[in-house]
Amino acid sequence: MLEATIHKKLRDFSLDLTIHARPGEIVVLMGENGAGKTSALNCISGLIPPDGGSIRLDGSIIFDAGTCVEIPVENRRIGYVSQNTAVFPHLSVSDNIAFGLRAGHRSREFIRERVGHWLNDMNIRDLAEVKAGKLSGGQKQRVALARAMATEPSLLMLDEPFTALDADTTRLVKELARTFVTEHAIPCLVVTHRITDCRDVGDKVCMISRGMKEWEGKPGDLPACICRSGDL
Amino acid sequence: MNSAPVFSRKFRKTVTCIAGAVLITSVTLYLALPVVALFFRTSPELFFSSLSTPDVISALFLSLFTSTVSLGVVILVGTPFAYVHCRNNYPGKVVVDTLIDLPLVLPPAVAGLALLILWGRVGILGQYLSLSGISVAFTTLAVIMAQIFVASPFYLRQAKSLFEQLDPAYEQTARTLGASPLRIFALITLPLTANGLVSGAVMTFGRALGEFGATIMFAGNLPGVTQTMPLAVYVGMEGNFAVGLTISILLVIISFAIMIAVRLLARREAFHA
Repeated sequence: MLEATIHKKLRDFSLDLTIHARPGEIVVLMGENGAGKTSALNCISGLIPPDGGSIRLDGSIIFDAGTCVEIPVENRRIGYVSQNTAVFPHLSVSDNIAFGLRAGHRSREFIRERVGHWLNDMNIRDLAEVKAGKLSGGQKQRVALARAMATEPSLLMLDEPFTALDADTTRLVKELARTFVTEHAIPCLVVTHRITDCRDVGDKVCMISRGMKEWEGKPGDLPACICRSGDL
Repeated sequence: MNSAPVFSRKFRKTVTCIAGAVLITSVTLYLALPVVALFFRTSPELFFSSLSTPDVISALFLSLFTSTVSLGVVILVGTPFAYVHCRNNYPGKVVVDTLIDLPLVLPPAVAGLALLILWGRVGILGQYLSLSGISVAFTTLAVIMAQIFVASPFYLRQAKSLFEQLDPAYEQTARTLGASPLRIFALITLPLTANGLVSGAVMTFGRALGEFGATIMFAGNLPGVTQTMPLAVYVGMEGNFAVGLTISILLVIISFAIMIAVRLLARREAFHA
């Protein structure tokens, strides 16, 4: 369960958001470029400190401006796939997926088993030893997803995860994300600007405009005007 | 008036070509001829016979030893320094930025004098050291200190710009995956900047090897102790000319090797990206 209230002064406007996501629920953040979606994810992950508010994950406080609690990024157990995937170009696909597990000092056998599992699930087994810098956009996206999911995070956050993918891979990634979130019963935030994505994966949609929540509800209930303008 | 052009198109093209060729040839010759002249002044027999004289050998080994130590210190201290400097905002950062570059424009003789005034036997700090029996000036340590002072900007500037240009998303993602700052530095930051760091290190080594002004002011010219290769060249002018010539040729060869190394690394870097 994620309960986040974020206040953050950005360059042009203030981010003022409350986001709730239940275990197993995928919440889609929609909005125009520069609406503050990525900044919201950065605040929750701890990469940028909010000016105020509080963030609770599974009941424990990871950030609270009032009591000055701020758990460091590396201890938040949040799987975060950023927009440009940031796969480590000098490491092989296997080493990319293993990165978080090695940082967590898991046993060698465990890591080998987990990496093998994700290589199969993401359909990238034949790329295992390829340097990640040589991959195509869609392959990088899958490696980044596998790397984030392999750490078994308490919250999964995906920033524009479907932009570089073809239709087949998009379907695969959507199914994998859905299965993972349901099986592990963790909350998930997905940033997208495509209405089709939000109908496919979203349990709940938050429309964000200039840092404020404009509309919240089920994807099926999206107001028609938003559907027209948002379906680019 | 619509008269035919005085010179035909073909003629103008020829003139442009000749002018370009003259320009390129003259610049190339101006830079290359003095270096080539060094090789003409000696013969292989003379070169190899003076190569084995004690002065040449001691200068060669002293130069290689001090430059290597200087490079080691610059890398070990400079890499973490550049990283901390880049990743943090602190008061006076601009001043530090300027100070890093200062030795590049400061005349080496001035640098040497400044070091002497600070660390010399009666210097501001040196007088306290000499009370406890430690003297810095006119020792091999002084050679190393002068080299570090003069050559470190080459590495620090390079490291700084590499760390600044590295996409922050890599380090940020590594953090979200639970990696400690040290782990991120060793496994992500360093490997992604390694090629550039090595070429910065090679340039630093080259500058340390050629250091003359600061060394002669601060460390003096004692054979075997502070007489590095450039100093031995200078001494050779007054005494054994062949020795100076041989060391000069050695330095030319090392300089060429350094430039080739930097070029190869730069090409590998481009290929990597």
